[in-house]
Amino acid sequence: MTLKDRSPSRDQEIELLVGADSTKKRVLLNSGAANLIRQVALVPVLVVVLIVGAFASPYFLTVNNIAGIAQQVSALAVTVVGESLILLIGGMDLSLESTYGLAPMVAAWMILPIADYGNGLQLSPFLGILILLLVGAVVGLINGFLIVKGRLNGFIVTLAMTIILAGLQSGIVKGATLFNLPPAFVWLGSANVGVVPVSVIAAAIVFVVVGLYLRYHRTGRAIYAIGGNTDAARAAGIPVDRIKIGVYVAGSMLAALGGLMEAGRVSAVTGTQGYGEGIIFQVFAAAVIGGVSLKGGRGNMVGAASGVILLGLVANILDLANVSNYWILAIDGFVILFVLALARIIGGNEAAE
Amino acid sequence: MTQLFAVEAKGIEKSFGSTKALRGVDLRISAGQCLGLVGRNGAGKSTLVSVLSGLSKPDNGQVFFDGEPAPSLKDVEGWRLRIATVFQHSKVVPQLSVTENVFLGNIITRGKLVDWKVMREKTRTIIDEWNFDISVTARCETLTVEQLQIVEIVRALATGSRCILLDEPTAALERRAVDRLFDRVTQLVASGVSVLYISHHLEEVFEICSEVTILRDGKVVMTTPIEHITKDQMVAAMVGEVTTTGDVASGFSSLLHQPTGSQGVGTTQGLVIENLRVTSIRGDLDGISLVVRPGERVGVTGLLGAGVATLGRAVAGATKFDEGSISVDGVALRSGRRDIALKSGVGYIPENRQVEGFVANLGVGENATMTVTRRLATRWGFVNPQRRNNAALPWAQSLSLVTSGMKQPVGELSGGNQQKVTVVRSLISNPSLIVAVTPTRGVDVASKSLVMSSLIVAARSTGAALLICSDELDDLAECDRVIVLFRGKIFTEFTQSPFDRELIIAATEGISTQEQAAS
Repeated sequence: MTLKDRSPSRDQEIELLVGADSTKKRVLLNSGAANLIRQVALVPVLVVVLIVGAFASPYFLTVNNIAGIAQQVSALAVTVVGESLILLIGGMDLSLESTYGLAPMVAAWMILPIADYGNGLQLSPFLGILILLLVGAVVGLINGFLIVKGRLNGFIVTLAMTIILAGLQSGIVKGATLFNLPPAFVWLGSANVGVVPVSVIAAAIVFVVVGLYLRYHRTGRAIYAIGGNTDAARAAGIPVDRIKIGVYVAGSMLAALGGLMEAGRVSAVTGTQGYGEGIIFQVFAAAVIGGVSLKGGRGNMVGAASGVILLGLVANILDLANVSNYWILAIDGFVILFVLALARIIGGNEAAE
Repeated sequence: MTQLFAVEAKGIEKSFGSTKALRGVDLRISAGQCLGLVGRNGAGKSTLVSVLSGLSKPDNGQVFFDGEPAPSLKDVEGWRLRIATVFQHSKVVPQLSVTENVFLGNIITRGKLVDWKVMREKTRTIIDEWNFDISVTARCETLTVEQLQIVEIVRALATGSRCILLDEPTAALERRAVDRLFDRVTQLVASGVSVLYISHHLEEVFEICSEVTILRDGKVVMTTPIEHITKDQMVAAMVGEVTTTGDVASGFSSLLHQPTGSQGVGTTQGLVIENLRVTSIRGDLDGISLVVRPGERVGVTGLLGAGVATLGRAVAGATKFDEGSISVDGVALRSGRRDIALKSGVGYIPENRQVEGFVANLGVGENATMTVTRRLATRWGFVNPQRRNNAALPWAQSLSLVTSGMKQPVGELSGGNQQKVTVVRSLISNPSLIVAVTPTRGVDVASKSLVMSSLIVAARSTGAALLICSDELDDLAECDRVIVLFRGKIFTEFTQSPFDRELIIAATEGISTQEQAAS
């Protein structure tokens, strides 16, 4: 094999120069080294944020605070994994935020007595958790089926689904907040092993398992192939439709799991959990800041995790710096833009797309 | 007194990273001349085109138009007045009308309003003047590839540029359209327009160009009047001293195995198509029945829209069929299910590698083994990247794939090498039927024969059936028989190799031949 000829192909050069068809755009900087740089692109940013935080408050770098941040973001983190999977196949799912609220709401509704706004079935909390995952699976299946088999626009399908699910979430309990959740139900979101919250361990496991799966499993690799070029994946005999629907299901189940963690953390399922809080914006921001492309086929769990951690740290610093509540939203938005631009500068042309 | 050339490039150098795409290229086109530019994939043709059309700036050297230095890259308007490029992939906006496309970025206004009337009239004048036949108000998405090229040529003429670059203009045209294009080019040249004609089809260069410049490894190897060179000499100059034989390396056969599967079950062997009906934008099929035995090589050809590509796609499972049945070794295939076709032993080389051939941002090794992840994976479905790349490596070597390694993204490779990856992806799955749709489109001469011979060798040594659906007659030369489609039906069949090109071409046009009468 000769190594001399590395000149780019015709279309590549021209598209590179003209920037003509952005979906087909291929950039030369894409070798192994560049990939590595992109994967760890946020690490220096994280270090800077940690230093800034340490100056902002002496409490910032304490074990308690860090554990607190980790617990706060772990529910979001699991949802980000779900969204990242869907982004990787070239899809998008807005309804994850509603699943994040509806799934624990349905589960709690099944578990609690009528006096606590339950439906009176008073199922065991373990059965409740199964139902929670089932709600996620069903929502994902409906989304996937409509988008993949029905060939409807994913943005609109999941937008409609977002509203429907949020409506169900308030409808079944008439807008109530459900308290008095059994210990088994809140364990995942509230318990600690030593100083480490169980939810953090769970989120870490989800990241590692999904990360390895994406990297080494044939279906994980197929997800990248589908996102990179659906037609080529299909031509190579990959069962594209089945995998896409499977990814929508997995994504929604992860959002449901994230919802369980959040319910456990606050020991309640509020009417606003998910949709009411608008968490989908943070989910997208974390994924894209972490280098998961909205166009599909690019991104990994290391990046997604650093996106989540970064958002969590910044939110915490703003808290500790006693920034007025009225301004937090504006600053949050600014931070997202800033980090996105930073990721682009460090990660090269394809980062943060 | 030095002669002024319409276009003159002096000492053009251009590098991408460590790759020197152009190393001091000189090129001259006189007014009223058609200059051919040929070279293998990766020789630097496309880089030169982008420099000449003002899309990229050379590292060294300069371009002159009529003796004046070329405008700066930012002066898009200046370039537009000088030179117009018709790219292989149309740069026409499909949703807009012909007029809008012709004046794209160059709208004529009256006051602050767009002056449609003047633009339409100007467009119509040019179209009439050159005897083109398209409506100025037609939306471009309703036009054929040939008409889209005309729109681009009209766009060039509308800006008054006197030099046109034609970058592989015939790749998607059928024969009669090519003839018409040549008439137009001849007409343009006669009126004093300079044309740079880039093509992989050397016979076209002989037909239309008065002079030819040959590029190799970023350098001009020769520029000569067309009558002073033969086709063989041209190929030799393109390929260089390094004798690249058209044959696959000796280790190739050892990579191939007898297809496993339902062999010897005693059911019908090979590919059996019965009464196949398909509706497709690529051309409908209207009741095709065909049998391809194991080890048999069957070519299918016809005009664009006759259903040639549709047939290949339907058999491979890439297109749904409405009626009829397709079975391979006795197993019925399901309509539009490529994944099931692959499991039944159908290898597939798609017609457009950019669209279906590879995933650009994934590596050579991963793309090449995409059809066999099940075989490479452990029981739990995990694939070791090293194992994957090791599996791809010998195939890459035997096809002389030029790459920096199995991890290099396929998007970085040159066109011919990308096509080799697609070929490996298909052959590595050990298919009992290989379906190849226009397998050599946009591939240079040497890679062309390599791709074809790898298919032939693979079919021969494994006993696989080979179905080649192509409008390039050269692809069909090694076939046992050639089937000609006309308007979605089998028009005739040629069984006597070597095939008579003229008769096949006549048959694609729907003209009966003696052979058909005899058979």
